Amino acid sequence: MEWRDTGTLLAVRGHGESAAIVEVFTEGRGRTSGLVRGGAGRRLAPVLQPGAVLDVVWRARLEEHLGTFSVEPVRARVSILADALALAGLHAVTALLVHVLAERDPHPRLYRMTEALLDAMDAGADWPADYARWELALLEEAGFGLDLTRCAVTGTEADLVFVSPRTGRAVSRDAAGKWADRLLPLSPVLKGAPGRRGDVLAALETTGHFLDTMVAPALGDRPLPPARQRLVDRLSRKR
Amino acid sequence: MSDAPKEIETLIELMARLPGLGPRSARRAVLQLVRKRATLLRPLAEAMAAVAENARECVVCRNVATRDVCDICASERRANGQICVVEDVADLWAMERAAVFKGRYHVLGGTLSALDAIGPEELGIPRLVRRVADEGVTEVILALNATVDGQTTAHYIADALAGSGATVTSLAQGVPVGGELDYLDDGTITAALRARKAL
Repeated sequence: MEWRDTGTLLAVRGHGESAAIVEVFTEGRGRTSGLVRGGAGRRLAPVLQPGAVLDVVWRARLEEHLGTFSVEPVRARVSILADALALAGLHAVTALLVHVLAERDPHPRLYRMTEALLDAMDAGADWPADYARWELALLEEAGFGLDLTRCAVTGTEADLVFVSPRTGRAVSRDAAGKWADRLLPLSPVLKGAPGRRGDVLAALETTGHFLDTMVAPALGDRPLPPARQRLVDRLSRKR
Repeated sequence: MSDAPKEIETLIELMARLPGLGPRSARRAVLQLVRKRATLLRPLAEAMAAVAENARECVVCRNVATRDVCDICASERRANGQICVVEDVADLWAMERAAVFKGRYHVLGGTLSALDAIGPEELGIPRLVRRVADEGVTEVILALNATVDGQTTAHYIADALAGSGATVTSLAQGVPVGGELDYLDDGTITAALRARKAL
């Protein structure tokens, strides 16, 4: 078995004295683990940093084996290291992908969104709203997509400002009525609009609720990675 | 199976656990020690016994010491208002070899890592914050690795020291002495360009 692809490194863990087990997210193969011989050594360790873009060749005798990676650096996203918020974003993205995605299950749309998001972080762009939309896409890829196109009660497409915490469907202001305080906010950010920091935090409150209540139980009730909360905390501080 | 006596075989097994050594190289090293018993084995055994008896972590900076407080922390001449934060004792030794830094150190013993459940307490960051307040520190130099984990830790420490009144700086990143641009990775060149200075 052998394949070659380009992907982003999600996680590295030392293995023995000089090897490392890495997880790489590629467009065609999804999240894949493999052993990198010499991965903890002087030559390769600087290359194997989360967020780095790598050209990888995966080899194994049988498909169910862990396999080994040969890696070549394509691009290092070094500017992220200098930006505390971007670094928190990188941690959240990589930790959530490792947490949510099944191994060897391709998610090409999510991969492209991830690449664009990490590139925006590296370029110093205003990316937090993109991050909220990325979490929305992550929910969808995990099988818990939200329906934010029309009101679950009236069917209207206008004035959608809430999300039902149980169904994940949008609710209009009129339909919410006295239940409004029990509903989650539908931030304009989640519908593609640019938003301020408060809108992003509102969007993350909604996506976080579904990651907690829908995705976590499906993954054996594993709690969300703390990296996500650290990002939310940092975004709150910069408000 | 080996023909070596049991005591020597035990020594070989222990040596083989050291980094960089395997069973074969440990066997060669032990054979050399046995051959040079007077000049090598006995002094080594005595030195190891002394280290085993006395080695401990400095209660102030977590450096390796043979007393409760290491020589650097005990020296008044090193109390110049600067603390250099390093990830590991090996990094401290590297800084000392350069003989440029004249202040004191704080050894973290690792970096923040959610994967390995290493948090601020394990790294002694609250202790560092207390030292900065208690010792009248004016500058904290973060000499941490230019890795994702190293820089995450650096940002965390910078946040933790935000209200301390001390200036928080970090080592420059860029072209190493003797380095040629042609051989540098794009990340290093980017960092070097960003940290360029007027001549």
